[in-house]
Amino acid sequence: MIGEIVCSGFGGQGVLVAGMILAYAGMGQDKYVTWFPSYGAEMRGGTANCNVKISEDEIASPYVKEIDVLLAMNETSVDKFENQIKAGGVMVVNSSIVSPNRDFRSDIKVVKVPANEIARREANPKGLNIIMLGAMAGATEIFEPDYLKSAVDKYFADKGKVNPKNSLCFDAGINSCII
Amino acid sequence: MAKTLMKGNEALAESALRAGCRFFSGYPITPQTEILEYMSWRMREVGGEFVQTESEVAGINMLFGASAAGARALTSSSGPGFSLKQEGISYLCGTELPAVIVDVMRIGSALGNVFQGQGDYWQLTRGGGHGDYRTIVLAPASVQENADMAYEAFDLAEKYTHPVLIASDAAIGQMVEAVELKDFHDHDINKYDWVIKGRKEGEDKRIAENVYYAMGADEYKDFLLEKYKRIEDNEQKWESVNTEDAEVVLVSYGISSRVCKEAVKIARKKGIKLGLIRLKTLWPFPKKAFDALTSDIAGFLCVEMSILGQMVDDVKLATDNKFPVKCYSEFSNVPDPAIIIERAEKMLLENGGRK
Repeated sequence: MIGEIVCSGFGGQGVLVAGMILAYAGMGQDKYVTWFPSYGAEMRGGTANCNVKISEDEIASPYVKEIDVLLAMNETSVDKFENQIKAGGVMVVNSSIVSPNRDFRSDIKVVKVPANEIARREANPKGLNIIMLGAMAGATEIFEPDYLKSAVDKYFADKGKVNPKNSLCFDAGINSCII
Repeated sequence: MAKTLMKGNEALAESALRAGCRFFSGYPITPQTEILEYMSWRMREVGGEFVQTESEVAGINMLFGASAAGARALTSSSGPGFSLKQEGISYLCGTELPAVIVDVMRIGSALGNVFQGQGDYWQLTRGGGHGDYRTIVLAPASVQENADMAYEAFDLAEKYTHPVLIASDAAIGQMVEAVELKDFHDHDINKYDWVIKGRKEGEDKRIAENVYYAMGADEYKDFLLEKYKRIEDNEQKWESVNTEDAEVVLVSYGISSRVCKEAVKIARKKGIKLGLIRLKTLWPFPKKAFDALTSDIAGFLCVEMSILGQMVDDVKLATDNKFPVKCYSEFSNVPDPAIIIERAEKMLLENGGRK
């Protein structure tokens, strides 16, 4: 198993697309991938999430039980998933809206990224998820940063909507986790 | 064609269109609605007809009409909606018409809930409607198989002029995986001589009706028995994993069988000789998979998401009641590999392994 990832946040923050890009990047390297959306009685305006698995071997269940990497785009995501992260796992936190005084688990690596500020600075309000992916690439070894960055552009190119600001957001995400 | 990422439900829909399906009639219900939604725009692009019907009953009956007219036709549903289609499926069988019907299984009786389940096994394999029939039932375990089985289902339905059901579930339907789709295939709606179409003056009229009216009861009985035997002889499909030296053999299908494969890998590393028979057809039940097994197996463990253990009877029948058959059943949760191994070890203790 290369990585079991949960992307979580408010609907509209692009968490489902962030997960889809990770699956797409995995597929591009001929890995097995699954993506599974949060599902069931979710409330409008509530927290959305998706489970992504990337593996060298066939994947059994698409549900992630023990998280290697959590992309937490809001406070509720931290509440809901922090305890499911494996010891030594990584949590990328959107520190623009997750309280700065919050205590996090000490046995995981917490990467704080002011994603909303960066998105505002780069004038790319829809780039929150790309910033989080950049930070994840910088903080984990699941994908080489350059490869994941090219996968982001290729993912959107396939859909015919490349935004040059995405790569700026991705870079800003990487830079934010270099301490 | 290169691989692409698709949701199970959407891959099934696209693949059906590529197989030449040009008619869809159905009604929304979670977790199968993406099939309908995808068809609502994509069917027009390929020049077919999409109808969102007023009910599931209308959906299956429009499908009957399209099939009688020679079209490759699809409908899909889930839970209570799939129950509503049973009368129509019985009519398709009695009339000897091909069609493909998808059940994206959800949990529970009555309204149940939208989460994945495998509680429709009896309904799918015993003929869920009235009368004396069974249908061919395919059981995909991945997005790729959702696509492949939807593609082959139409050939199979026409080969036996019989409805083919696809037993998917909410997990397979909702998840995204990489999938490789087959090329477009043209289907000629006048291909078969049983197709109902405009008749010239002087030609006999044709009606889509119960075939036994024309055949008579005796001939119909022989005809039907021969047909079901032919299906049982030729269409059993399964995958065997590490069964050659297995002491406990898991029997499973769909999303549960994926977890079983993982359990087999983990167990083998621990030195436990676990094997798996993964059903790819639920009916005909792959009895042949059990024929090859030797007699010193400690038992079979059915792994399924149905509280009552619906597969157990079929495994007992396939093995002539010679082995202990147990069941590890979950309701809405996907089975857990650790529990599978625990249950298998318990069977080994109780029944003894290979001498």
